[in-house]
Amino acid sequence: MSIEFIHLEHIYSKGTPFEHSALENVNLNIESGKFIGLIGQTGSGKSTLIQHMNGLLKPTQGTVVIDGLDLSDKNTKIKEVRQRVGLVFQYPEHQLFEETVEKDIAFGPGNLGLKKDEINSRVKEAMDTVGIDYEEFKDKSPFELSGGQMRRVAIAGVIAMRPDVLILDEPTAGLDPRGREEILNQIKSMHSKHKMTVILVSHSMEDIAKYTDQIIVMYRGKIKLYDTPENIFKEAQLLEEIGLAVPQVTQLMRRLKKIDPLINESVFTVEAAKAEIISMVRRRKDV
Amino acid sequence: MFKDVTVGQYYPADSVIHRLDPRTKINFTFLYIISLFLITSYTGYLVAVLFLAGIILLSKVPVGYIIRGIKGLIFIIILTVLINLFVTPGTPKFQLWKLVITEEGIHLATFMALRLIFLIMGTSIMTLTTSPIALTDGIEYLLKRIPIVKAYAHELAMMMTIALRFIPTLMEETDKIMKAQKARGADFETGNLLKRAKNLIPLLVPLFIGAFRRADELAIAMEARCYRGGENRTRLKELVYHWRDTYAYMVTIAMIAMIILTRYVNIG
Amino acid sequence: MTKVITVDEVSYSYKNDEEENTALDKVSLHINQGEFLAIIGHNGSGKSTLAKLINGIIMPTEGDIHVFGLNTKDENTIWDIRQQAGMVFQNPDNQIVATIVEEDVAFGPENLGIPSDEIRKRVDWALDIVEMSEYKNQKPHQLSGGQKQRIAIAGILAMKPKCIILDEPTAMLDPSGRRDVMKTIKRLNKEENMTIVHITHYMDEIVDADRVVVMEHGTVVMEGKPRQIFSQIEELKKLRLDVPQITELAYELNKEGIDLDRDILTVDEMVAKLCQ
Repeated sequence: MSIEFIHLEHIYSKGTPFEHSALENVNLNIESGKFIGLIGQTGSGKSTLIQHMNGLLKPTQGTVVIDGLDLSDKNTKIKEVRQRVGLVFQYPEHQLFEETVEKDIAFGPGNLGLKKDEINSRVKEAMDTVGIDYEEFKDKSPFELSGGQMRRVAIAGVIAMRPDVLILDEPTAGLDPRGREEILNQIKSMHSKHKMTVILVSHSMEDIAKYTDQIIVMYRGKIKLYDTPENIFKEAQLLEEIGLAVPQVTQLMRRLKKIDPLINESVFTVEAAKAEIISMVRRRKDV
Repeated sequence: MFKDVTVGQYYPADSVIHRLDPRTKINFTFLYIISLFLITSYTGYLVAVLFLAGIILLSKVPVGYIIRGIKGLIFIIILTVLINLFVTPGTPKFQLWKLVITEEGIHLATFMALRLIFLIMGTSIMTLTTSPIALTDGIEYLLKRIPIVKAYAHELAMMMTIALRFIPTLMEETDKIMKAQKARGADFETGNLLKRAKNLIPLLVPLFIGAFRRADELAIAMEARCYRGGENRTRLKELVYHWRDTYAYMVTIAMIAMIILTRYVNIG
Repeated sequence: MTKVITVDEVSYSYKNDEEENTALDKVSLHINQGEFLAIIGHNGSGKSTLAKLINGIIMPTEGDIHVFGLNTKDENTIWDIRQQAGMVFQNPDNQIVATIVEEDVAFGPENLGIPSDEIRKRVDWALDIVEMSEYKNQKPHQLSGGQKQRIAIAGILAMKPKCIILDEPTAMLDPSGRRDVMKTIKRLNKEENMTIVHITHYMDEIVDADRVVVMEHGTVVMEGKPRQIFSQIEELKKLRLDVPQITELAYELNKEGIDLDRDILTVDEMVAKLCQ
């Protein structure tokens, strides 16, 4: 289940005085089963990029190929693409509308034309995955739930479609640290359990570093970097130039490298930093 | 994309018409519409067209924008023309099956069409040269001078301002919700009228609930800034008449006078 | 130190479908003049309820709150309280009322019946402090989240309050918006001597506060200077509050026997301490 962008370009309001280029010559190949992070400042084109992945937006130039299906081909059924590529927008709780939690989550599978018992089992499965108890919540109105619960119901609504690729646009936006941790852990376990491709759009370098296999860094409509976290954080200078910060510990490591050249500066977790510093302190003691 | 939508088709420019007090423009439009109904001959329309042309020129608004307003209401104009053509009694001129077109009918249809067109042009000029806020301020001021209504003048104006402020925001939100539901397989395009109406529920329900939530939060924020209604409220920009407004009123009166004159003096 | 706001044994409970919920349980605290007080806690810890109680949006079910000597329960003086203790909310969009930026900043003074030319002066002054003067004729929906919040702050400043309460003002902003808003808040406190009550769940925003109050389950569980709070890492972890990576690193290194202060908050400090 791969996603491929070839020379993708997207210009908003083309031909009007408000013309604005959001994506410029994007070439990207996302392999199946990976956990990818997408980071970039506001306005870098992240939202536009992910909306091309399920056909919500059409490129002004270039080709999009999803799982072998060329989106510009008239024969491609967009509904099929939307089933395979699930997209959870920011503040997804704002899209809830049904009378009960169960009905809302069933909306997606319902649109796929599935049979009643299939829909029912998918709803149960989805609720289980996001940690919302089926019996307790199925008949409740989505609007009597807490913010965090509403968000999980909204995510369940997309998961119930059993997509091969799950894209989440800042799923932790507006949540407190506890909520953030819970959601990210749930996403990580979903990824491990179902082996689906996950694309996580985030502003937090630290979150992305902790959970992803590869990171796409965007700036002003272009892809600047696409690599593993280790290699990305080696480019601290570039990241700073485009307004992104490396994790605090990486900043620390870079400073310490100037004092002790043996330090590995592309470390980005507290654990790894601890190990590096302990080695450094021992080296200094021995001197 | 939605960030650039202009509401009320305001065309920003720096012209003397733009700089007129909104009250002047509202009053002018009002009196202009009344005078249109006082016209009994084509000479009257000639006078009106001269004044209108002068205003359009002074306003620096491209004529295309004004024509656009007429295009929008072309259906009503055609309807009026047709009704008057076929329903008016008098000396027959043409005949289509059982429908008779009389001379009087042609005359009346043209007259009515012209009245409508001039009406649209005059109102367009006002909305094109007055920003929505200025318009709201002007309306509030004038409403305060009408008995009974004046108790609600401030609230009405406040409602209009808030509505104007949130239109672009709500349009963006509609777009977001549509995309989110489309991502879940919703279809807003296919199906007959009834089906499409039903398919709008996943769009309308979240939109309304969101709007109510906004209203609630906004009300709290307004109270936190000591909003208690219109009593004793002052304004950053008080409406002030200038000399140009006096001239504008004089021109308006001259126009009405000349139009009334054409009822008695006919030049063909 | 003058106490400008006092919260006296305040409790707040409400009924939700037969269930009685206690949002605040006999909380007492005070805010000093010119202070930058940070209140931190999870959603549901009671911090937002506290903010709404101080501004008089809701009334305590028990206890009293006095703002500049005025009791929030007194209907006659509630408007004075709101003028003196202005409040900025979480959602940048749902605070802006007018169609142009400067008109929105003028909204507060207009409500107070301030004369037109004085409003003009205040609007220009407030926009200048939040560094948004060049945007005064813009439409609000064209601004970014951080810019909108700064406009909201300007709107409160224009009412000339003695204290500003900010209820999670950065929760819905991106990192650069957060930076700009925090910069503005710090400047207000340090340069304009504005008393600030900053409610948040981001630990990195409390670093520059004069005093920090940590809330959980409707009560105050910790109180002290930022360093004192940060050094109690185990407590913070139990409360599942995020600790800056550097502080956590210091804690971990300490466990491994490296003698390091526990209250290290920034990269600079860490480098300095490690290379002594």
